[in-house]
Formats: sequence, C-alpha cells, structure tokens
Amino acid sequence: MMRGVGTLVLSLFLVEGCARESRNFRLDPPIAASLDAVAPMPNRIGGAAPETDTVLGQPYLTNAYNLNQGKQLYTWFNCQGCHADGGGATGPAFLSGWWRYGPQAVSVFISIRDGRPEGMPAFGNRLTTEQIWQLTGYVRTIGAYSAQTAAPSRNDAMQSRPSENRAPATVATPSDEWPTAPSR
Amino acid sequence: MLLAPRLRIRRGVSPNLDQVKHVGTLAPAVLLGLCLQSSAVLATSAGPNADEPKSPAMSVDPATRSSSLAQIDRHNVNQLEPVFTFRTGRLGAQGSAPLIRGDKLLVLSAFPHTLFAIGLARSNGTLSWQFSPTANRVADGLHCCDRTHLGPVAVGDRIYFSTLDGHVVAVDAEHDTPVWDVAVADPGQGETLASAPTAAAAELIVGNAGDDYGARGWIAALDRATGRTLWKHYSTGPDQDVGISADFKPAGPRDQGSHSWPGTAWQHGGGSVSGWISYDPRLQLVFHDTGPPAPWNPDPRPGDNRWTSGVFARDARTGEARWFVGLHPHALFPWRNGSANLLLDHTWEGAPRALLVHPDADGRLYVIDRQTGKILAADSYISYPRVARRASAEQTPRTNVQVRDVCPAWPGALGGDAALDQTTGRLYLPVSRLCMDLEGRSANYLQGTAFIGANVRVTSSNESDGAVVAWDVISRRAVWSIRERFPVASDVLVTAGGLVFYGTLDGRLKAVDAQSGTPLWQFGTSAPITGQPTTFVGPDGRQYVAVVAGASGPYGLAQQAWIDRRDATAARGLARVIANVGRPRDPSGTLYVFGLP
Repeated sequence: MMRGVGTLVLSLFLVEGCARESRNFRLDPPIAASLDAVAPMPNRIGGAAPETDTVLGQPYLTNAYNLNQGKQLYTWFNCQGCHADGGGATGPAFLSGWWRYGPQAVSVFISIRDGRPEGMPAFGNRLTTEQIWQLTGYVRTIGAYSAQTAAPSRNDAMQSRPSENRAPATVATPSDEWPTAPSR
Repeated sequence: MLLAPRLRIRRGVSPNLDQVKHVGTLAPAVLLGLCLQSSAVLATSAGPNADEPKSPAMSVDPATRSSSLAQIDRHNVNQLEPVFTFRTGRLGAQGSAPLIRGDKLLVLSAFPHTLFAIGLARSNGTLSWQFSPTANRVADGLHCCDRTHLGPVAVGDRIYFSTLDGHVVAVDAEHDTPVWDVAVADPGQGETLASAPTAAAAELIVGNAGDDYGARGWIAALDRATGRTLWKHYSTGPDQDVGISADFKPAGPRDQGSHSWPGTAWQHGGGSVSGWISYDPRLQLVFHDTGPPAPWNPDPRPGDNRWTSGVFARDARTGEARWFVGLHPHALFPWRNGSANLLLDHTWEGAPRALLVHPDADGRLYVIDRQTGKILAADSYISYPRVARRASAEQTPRTNVQVRDVCPAWPGALGGDAALDQTTGRLYLPVSRLCMDLEGRSANYLQGTAFIGANVRVTSSNESDGAVVAWDVISRRAVWSIRERFPVASDVLVTAGGLVFYGTLDGRLKAVDAQSGTPLWQFGTSAPITGQPTTFVGPDGRQYVAVVAGASGPYGLAQQAWIDRRDATAARGLARVIANVGRPRDPSGTLYVFGLP
C-alpha cells in the first residue's frame, strides 16, 4: 500500500517533470507592438521599459532560451565584427560594463533598433521586435555587474573570454601604464 | 642673410605650445648624449646654408619615402631636440604626414578631420588657420582595420585631402576656403577612404577602403579642377568594370572578376585600394594593391576571387589595366595590403630596368618589372623563429575549423610603409612578427556591418614582435635588422643624411644609422607613433623632422581606451598582444617638430 502511494507520488513528479516551459515562437502582434513602444528620455539614453516586459516577468533577461537566441543573433547579424566577443573593436566593449549610452535595457534596445550616430547601424528593419529584445538581453549579460539566474549556453566556437555569466564587469585592467623609461 | 628668424621654443606663450613638459620625457641617455656631444656640435653644425633652396616643393619623395635633405646627419642627429608641439585634440593620428608649404606646416587631424595650418617663421608654431569639413560620424565605426594615410597633398595653389567618411576636398592654399568637396565613397556601404590622393598628370587618384565591410574595391581619378570623376574601375566584376581591355597582358578568359566567384559574391567581395597609389610619370602608369577578398573565411568564396590580393598597373589617363600580379588567388588569410609600391630604376642582372618594389604583407619582397608585370624576385624578409612552418595548405581555415600559428597575423608582416633609398637600392622595412589562430565562421553580408566570418586571436611569436629590416633590393639580402619589442607600426623615412627614422608603439621616435643600423637618437612622445615621420626645410633654411604621434590603424585600435582585454578576440584579436604597451598618456594626436639647436 505504502509502496503504491510512493510510486504514485513519484510518477506524479515525473509527469510534472515532463511539462516543458511553454514557448511562443511568434509573439502576439499586440504584445510585440507594446514591447516596441519604449519610452526613452529625450536624449535617447535610458527611459522606461515597456510595462509589458515587466508584466511578462522580464523574459529577455531571465529566460535561458531567449538569451540563447540572442547569442545566435549576435553571430548571425555580424555584431562580432565590431564588438568582438564583448571586448570591442571599432565598436565599444560590452565586457567592461561601461556603456556609452547607459546600462538600461531601453538604451541597448534603442541602440540596436535605431542605431547610433558614431557608426552603429540600425537593425530595426532587419530584426523583429522580439529578436531585438533577445539580443538586448544577451548583450546585457556579457557585461553584467552581478550574476544572473539565467545564462546562455557555452561557445561552440573558439573560447575567447570568460563565459557570459562568469564575468562580472570590472574596471580597467592593471597593465595600463604608459612607459616613461625607454624600452631597452 | 642670417636675419631670418629661427624657430625656437617660446616658453609659455601660446596655448598650442606644451613643449616644456615633453622635454622631461627625453630618454636620459639622449640627454647624456647631448652633453657629451656638445663639443662636436660646434664643428659640424655650421648654421643655415645660404645656398640652401628655400622650401623645396617636395621634401620627402612620396614615391619612395626618402628625402634628399642632409643637414641632419649621423653626426649631429643626437642633438635633435623638440622645437614645438601642437596638439590636434582628436583621438589618434590616422597616419597623417605633416606637409610643409611655404612658411606653414599643414597637418590633417584624425577623424572628424580638421586641416591645421601652423605658422613657422615668426609665429613659431601658432595656428594660422584651420578648416573642418562637415563629417559623417558613421565612418567612426568603420575605420578598422586598414592603416590610414590621410595627409594633405599640395599641387599648385591648392591642397587636396581625402576624408575618412568618403569625401575628397580641395582647399585654397593661402586661405581656409574650400574650392570643391565631392563625396566619392559611401560609408553606408562600409566604404571609407584610407589614403591621401595621389596627384597624377591632371588628376587626383583615390581608392576606397572597406574590405572588412564587404565593400567592393575601386580606384577612381578625379579632375583636379572640379572634382569630377574622370574614370572609375573596380577590383571585382566583369572586365568592363575592372577596366580590362585589349591592352591587358597577358590576355586571359573573359570576366574572371565575376566568374572566379560564386554567384554574385563579387559584388561585396572586397579588394579595396586602401594603400598608397604610386604614379610613374615616365610610363604614365599608376600602381596599386588590391586588398584581400571578403569575407575572411575562404569557405564561402570558392574560386580565385579575382582581382583581389594583388598588384595592378593601370594607365593613368584612362584607368585601363595593363597588367595584374595575383599574389594570393583565393586568399586564405586576410592579410592587408602590403606596403606602398616603390619605384626603383636600377640595373637588374646587368641591364637597367624599371622596377616596382612590392613588400607584401605575406612576408615576402616582390621585385616586379614595371612595364610587363613579370616577377623578378620574391624573397622572405622576415622569419618566425618559434613557429617553424608558415602559412601552408594544411592550415586552410574552414568554417568551424580552427587553424593555429598562422604567421604572419592578419595585419600582415609590415606595420607601415617601407622607405627606399634610390641611390643605394636599399629598402627599410617596418616589420610585425605576430602570428594568429583563426577559426572560420559562417558570415552573412549585411550592408554596413562587418563581413568577416572569422574568430581570430593574435599571438606573439616571441619576445620581439617587431623589427626594422634594411634590405638590399639588388643583391637580395638583409643588410641589418633591429629587433623591436612591439610591432613597428609607423612608416619609415630615410634621408640623405644617412639616417632612418621610425616610430614605435610605445611612443619613441627613433633615428638609426642607415649604413649600420646603430641607434643614434630617440625621443619619447605622449602617444604611440603609427604615422609617417617626415622632414622638411623650414622658412629659415634649416632642416626639421616632424611626426604626428597618435594611435591609428589596427595596432592603434588595440590601444584605445574602450577595448577590454579579457576578450582574446577584442580589436580583431590584437588587444592582448598590444596590452603590454600600455594606454597612451595622451590619446590625442600631437604634432612634434624637431630641429637642431
């Protein structure tokens, strides 16, 4: 009898374990529209995130699937070409946690959607609103100040830097002295 | 006769003069040298020579980067001291060489550009006038990773310069008034301009940069009077676009520029003309490199990828191609354009011959017959001790496959442009000895974004990552070489005074004996030297040496403040290798002018 109850409880757990996170492969158009309606400050730095994002529980920051999608988009849309794996090249670094337009999700979202004057192209006509949010979420994990509960999967490619969730942002590296004595 | 005022340091007069504090960065050895040599000075420096021509039109021959000036020589160079400095206030230097014109020194700042005219005679280094064309800041994000040489060029009563954001501007030499300003390259397509225009017969010849953004390479001639485009030819595509007609030798199959590419890949296949374009007035030919094909990963572009990664000779009047030397068909590695092609008329194997000396980014020096395009010699001017094998067929980068220890690294074996001494046939090469690990990735062409398809990590081959090599072109051997700790990213200048000038990434302008390579003088600047040292005769008849210090090009990018070195691929993989240099004390481009006391 007891064994029967135990089996029943265990199998209930197993059945529950089979239930997977439900995934929307296409956002409902009204939700997508409201996620696109960010309210930046007049200088386009910072501002209020869409309420929908809060109501949904910030899915682009806390959901590993979305972060992974963001990581894929990061490669597919040539982000690496200018920002490398977060260390920067012609574009600024993300790893350092120093953001030219502030660390807020709204700023990052606007940078991707509308571009920025010093060379950042606009991706608004190349990505859907959801994809821009996924990319926003991923980019923010690269330079996160504190560990997040969700992380994208590891690099398939060349391991070039600490994993996204293991590199809390710090200030500059120590070997930055400009030499005063002649070399040799 | 001697009343012409000399350039002197005026202390604390002009806001543009911050000379005094830089004297403190003089290497102690140099100061010691100054003291020890002071007696010898009296014997050698006889003061300005009355017979010296006043401000010769060309102080440094742009075709060879050599100068016939000899007032500063190996005996008195150790007395060279700063006369004045001028801070441009722009990040970096972008390879601008200052240009003497009358009693003014013209300096083009880094982007967004300002052309400064600095008075020399009585005004002593104060700003005479300045001119800033409107700038499209999108180009800021596009100046990776070609070396840039955006200096002013003077012809007649006009000054011409190219801007990073794709304009060519003509300015009246006496005033700050623009004569014309035409847009020739579109930053929206990833195109920029990386070199100063070359003045040919009645034209200005310009070429685009932007291999890394999938821009299609082209070269164009502008009418000097109006800026109108006279001809324009591409590096890829059908014969008509490339300018291949009956004059092209040897004749080959038609339309190789598009047939050696899959589908329409040639439309964004790179092959830029970002280096210095050489002009031979006798043969009426221009010579130029074509950049590597895009993307870096060779997998998605099977075929020879004509006409990228090679050297073209074109008719200066029509732009029609005469010959092409394909140095790297289906380029496996994204080596940049080599150094500028240098013209040398010299006896070769017993007969006088018109030679084109092409130091390539692959580490070899090609000597080419200027008239026919025949390769006469190809010698390695650089060795990589730690890595026994060079780039080879086994090291073919493919999608999702990593190849290691490819030498040279992607910026190529040359950090800057070489200088050629016409009289001795000796070439002075600024060398980078870095290697790289490269992993091919799939790449999508998106207009205006980087089209690379590679993860790259640059590695240091040993403790000496750079060198300056003196190479005898005729006898095909190295004469001497100086090891440098960092890649030498500046251009080299050779003068008739028997001196070779170059700069280092840790901010030293150095002068060495051209004969023996013995170091003779150095000066510590506040920023890396990645540009072109130059020399000129001032209005007082005395010779000066000038350089704009400031980070530019691939190595300069790796030193910028926004680069995070925890990422091995930052700054296209260069960040960690350059990390030991340190960040510049002053990131602004600064002009330094040196003279004898």
